[in-house]
Amino acid sequence: MLFVPGNNPGMIRDAHIYGSDSIMFDLEDSVAITEKDAARFLVYKALTKLHYGSKELVVRINDLSSGLGVADLEAIVRARPDVIRLPKTDSAKDVVECEREIERIEREAGIPVGSTGMMAAIESANGVLNAREIAFASKRLIGIALGAEDYVTDLKTTRSPEGIELMFARGMIVNAAKAAGIMALDTVYSDVNNEEGFIAEATMIRKMGFDGKSVINPRQIAPLHAVFTPSEKDLAKAHAIMDAIAEANARGSGVASLKGKMIDKPVVARAQYLLEMAERAKTMTVEDI
Amino acid sequence: MEIKRPGVAGTMESSDIIVRIEPKETEGIELTLESAVMQQYGKQIEKVIRETLEELGVTKAYVNAVDKGALDCTVAARTLAAAYRSAESTEYVWSEVKVK
Repeated sequence: MLFVPGNNPGMIRDAHIYGSDSIMFDLEDSVAITEKDAARFLVYKALTKLHYGSKELVVRINDLSSGLGVADLEAIVRARPDVIRLPKTDSAKDVVECEREIERIEREAGIPVGSTGMMAAIESANGVLNAREIAFASKRLIGIALGAEDYVTDLKTTRSPEGIELMFARGMIVNAAKAAGIMALDTVYSDVNNEEGFIAEATMIRKMGFDGKSVINPRQIAPLHAVFTPSEKDLAKAHAIMDAIAEANARGSGVASLKGKMIDKPVVARAQYLLEMAERAKTMTVEDI
Repeated sequence: MEIKRPGVAGTMESSDIIVRIEPKETEGIELTLESAVMQQYGKQIEKVIRETLEELGVTKAYVNAVDKGALDCTVAARTLAAAYRSAESTEYVWSEVKVK
């Protein structure tokens, strides 16, 4: 997910050319308080007039307590992005209140109710502790995300290259998301010149179970995709597992094995997920060409 | 919409446009435009500015625009922002709903 400042016409115009899976137009922290109205007009017009192909389009609004969030929703819901990202989500109540406003605007604008997806960014100690109730707060939620900069400020610490200060938050968020059957999305890696550090972090969060990561620079997209795209070796193993299952089924046997190891249900589920990931990665690559 | 005070929106960055709108006593939109791509797109930029103001019901204003290669949607967005600021209004009307 590529972050794009909402008041930058050049970046908004070019956002789809870099090969990210989704684009997040930001009306929040990257926009000066005096330019909130201008950014809102710009993102609204871009979404209603420009074509971004099959990219998933996300808009980060200002939080509702800022007094700007509802005004953002009035414009953005009508511009029909796939997902609205709610920042600074501290509780399920924040999600429910945002959903109520989205639903009202959908009705007023004649948009099918429920067609606007939501994503909640968790950016405080309180939010992390409430991750589970946040993840279950709305059927519109496609995922929950960690916003690390505000979170570490709340913890009165700073970010380190190893990310030790984020271990608890990441663990909570990935578990809450998976329990709710939605995606877990990791925070940005701010040091764009440290590709090695970025890859190490991306590898770690993939291993933890995260489904994706936000990026602030197009240079981070290719290395991130490389981390998330299944390797040839893993794919060959997944195919072998699926073949063994198919063969067992054909024999009428409920038990399959591969190289002497029993293949049970979780092994099959992981192989299926891996093949799905590979298929999605292939689709993205073709579209980017 | 009544233009009450000078209002400006946009930047001098590439792909952007600065639109400045000021009050005018008499009817009509008096527009001056500078653009690096005046020959190719000058008329189109002017058309988008005039249509956007017409949709807002602005009939009296001086408009000065400095274009840096903005797309039509950027021209419209900056005109809207400048007009609402000039009218000291936050009663935004989002008339367009994208058809999916």
